[in-house]
Amino acid sequence: MTSADNLRAFKRDGRIVVVGASLAGLRAAEALRAEGFTGSLTMIGDELGEPYDRPPLSKQVLTGWVPAGDTTLPRRRDIDAEWLLGVPAGGLDLATNHVRLADGREVPFDRVLISTGVRARPWFVESEAALDGVFVVRTREHAESLRQALAAGPSRVLVIGAGFTGSEIASVCRERDIPVTVAERAPAPLVGALGAMIGEVAADMQRAHGVDLRCGVKVTQLEGDAQGRLRRAHFDDGSTVDADVAVVALGGIRNTEWLRDSGLAAGVWGIACDTGCRALDLNGLVTDDVFVAGDVARCPNPVYEYRLISLEHWVNAVEQAEVAAHNMVSGQADRWPHLSIPLFWSIQFGVNIKSVGVPTFADEVAVTQGSVSDHRFVASYGYRGRVTAAVSFDNAKWLDHYRRLIETAAPFPPPCPTPDQPVDMKPVPVDFPGPTLLAEGATVVVTGHDPGERRVTSAQQHP
Amino acid sequence: MTTIQRPDTLRRILDYSSRADPYPLYAELRRTPVARQEDGSYVISTYRELTGILHNPHLSSDVRNLAHPMPLYEERTTPSFINLDPPEHDRLRRLAMRHFGPPHTPGLVTGLEPALTATVSSLADGFAGKGQIDIVDDFAYPFPVTVICHVLGVPREDEPRFHVWVDAIVNSIDYDPKTDPKEKLDNGVQATKDLHQYLGGLLEQRHARPTDDLLSRLANDDGPDGRMTDDEIVSTAHLLLIAGHETTVNLITNGMLTLLRHPQVLQRLRNEPGLVVPLVEELLRYEPPVHIIPWRAAYSDITVADTVIPKGSQIMLMLASGSRDPNRFHDPDRFDPDRRDNEHLGFGSGIHLCFGGPLARRETQIALTELVRRLDRPRLVTDPPPYRRSPVLRGPIHLHVEQGGG
Repeated sequence: MTSADNLRAFKRDGRIVVVGASLAGLRAAEALRAEGFTGSLTMIGDELGEPYDRPPLSKQVLTGWVPAGDTTLPRRRDIDAEWLLGVPAGGLDLATNHVRLADGREVPFDRVLISTGVRARPWFVESEAALDGVFVVRTREHAESLRQALAAGPSRVLVIGAGFTGSEIASVCRERDIPVTVAERAPAPLVGALGAMIGEVAADMQRAHGVDLRCGVKVTQLEGDAQGRLRRAHFDDGSTVDADVAVVALGGIRNTEWLRDSGLAAGVWGIACDTGCRALDLNGLVTDDVFVAGDVARCPNPVYEYRLISLEHWVNAVEQAEVAAHNMVSGQADRWPHLSIPLFWSIQFGVNIKSVGVPTFADEVAVTQGSVSDHRFVASYGYRGRVTAAVSFDNAKWLDHYRRLIETAAPFPPPCPTPDQPVDMKPVPVDFPGPTLLAEGATVVVTGHDPGERRVTSAQQHP
Repeated sequence: MTTIQRPDTLRRILDYSSRADPYPLYAELRRTPVARQEDGSYVISTYRELTGILHNPHLSSDVRNLAHPMPLYEERTTPSFINLDPPEHDRLRRLAMRHFGPPHTPGLVTGLEPALTATVSSLADGFAGKGQIDIVDDFAYPFPVTVICHVLGVPREDEPRFHVWVDAIVNSIDYDPKTDPKEKLDNGVQATKDLHQYLGGLLEQRHARPTDDLLSRLANDDGPDGRMTDDEIVSTAHLLLIAGHETTVNLITNGMLTLLRHPQVLQRLRNEPGLVVPLVEELLRYEPPVHIIPWRAAYSDITVADTVIPKGSQIMLMLASGSRDPNRFHDPDRFDPDRRDNEHLGFGSGIHLCFGGPLARRETQIALTELVRRLDRPRLVTDPPPYRRSPVLRGPIHLHVEQGGG
């Protein structure tokens, strides 16, 4: 049998298992059927219920505009799958091609797609995390619980972490006229994603909307009352804030623990893969039957010096799912590389923030259109003299242009004037930890001497 | 890429003789995606290049940025946002949108639906017992005019007055000093003055006694951007009044014409009312009401498809050609209401994306649904029908349809 025959047979009656039944998993399943895959399809997910959309959970669900239950993802087509929901995957055996569920069941596959995503990073003290009034927001149950707590009219909400999710939640609190304190270790909100200059704008916005914003501080303790209800938070500068609700918005943890013994290059950094979404094993070899998509994938991007990049963006999940699905049912010559320019958006304090490219991959930033003081502008990011990203505040319609600048490695700063050019277009240092942040690495142990026996035997994250 | 093309392609497109079917000429034009004309202006006709430049911040909508200003410019009054760049454009459009759509007025179009349906239904009542109908005069013109008058707060009974002005203004949009009599331009300028005076009068009344229409809301707004000046309100109302009916009439008429040319689709629409939604999108791609953005200006040098368009150049955007570009749309000359991935240029793209698009969509959906439901075995009397002069806002001036009988 030729490989073309094999591929046809696989497309006709092969077995595909998708581990992780959220946005990336669902879209991949739909794409597999659209590609003509007629074999068996199994969807494994740790949450009960149909796949749903997460962006509204920190926005419209919390304001009460959209009920948490109304966030179910629209279906593009019938996927005719077997759904194994409510039990997480516990292991992956690539010797026998089985996914092991946490309850011991084994699910065989010919090809597997891993889209297990991330979970919310919990508060670091378990007993404090368990206090009544302490929340994270990742699932729709989380969002519904927090919505109820906000609807009950808390005296003050403390948001720990001023990244996108934390800032959006603070914005909802102000919209609902609830007093809110935001605590952030960095010098300003959004700094980790967008740098110091934009961080300052974000800080202005928060304060202008009445947020009690405290930057450069760390929450050291959440204190409860005798009934186990949150009542106060302590900061490392010795100050305290009384609050009956705290939202821990410290980012996510990639769901890769179940792959510890799988032999894949998986860890807290995600699962490494090639641009075709094929997983790499510990040795850095590309696997044939294991694919990765969504928040958990760590994929090289040629535009960014081929660095491996993990992105927790909605669009990224959708696009990788489509590429992965296509490649799962295509021969080597027909494979697609995932080469899109990253894109994400947020809405907070009445402003639409949208970004194209990788802002953290930059050494300078310049406002290229509009007015920072009006909170309506586009800023573009440059790395060694070329455009690598752009961020807009209420100016999203221009970003397509900046995407083209990134794709064509256009010079930074962009030279030509526009009708709404800002007073000051001079680039300033971007002020992040820098591109090295993208490459947080693994430490491995290599054994063997001859090329035929050299192997990575284990990999750990740096402490 | 070469920028020279047969110099007469554009001229032939603009010539009235090709009004009924400009599409083969668009295909000819697309062989040169960015074509420099003898007068130094540039014509862009391919999808990727059009979407690229429509999102390019170096493209200006303000005539003052042309190296050779437009003939119409000197006598113009306060420009409306369609002819302005950010930040002025953004401010005025934001002020107008506060009263027209989300997030501040999300329910406007939905709220109008009962009125749209009633208007359409009463116009269709007039078809009863008539063997021949003019879709334009009997239906597609009076419908959107009634709607935009209602939305703006312009008395419907004044239509005979402003109809004359609107005609003269639309007529002068594509004024060409080389071929057109000066009178055409003068009539447009005078009509603009008359229309502004008329709208200014209405506005004065709204200052004194506010009602619930757009004019009143603009006149009495106190949002975060402040209030438009009276001149700005009049210019905005002028824009919405013209755009609000000169375009929708074409979309509805083009729609009925297209359905009559595709009887199997017409029959499907009778049986599947839900089809009207993708059908109107396909219509916006296949027979759009606005074919050309006659001019934009290069604010600085702009590179499109390896061609450098120098600062100050006039740029003409052939939107209807872009929507028929085979490099973007599969089998583009086929009318296919089931088409997927139909990101047409029927409403333009970028910051000047059609302001009234959501209303025009709903109007056309309701209008076509009612037309196919109420007309009895409709047949085209002449194909092609007679067209309006304008190559920019392109559509039939009459669409005679026979119904009933044999």
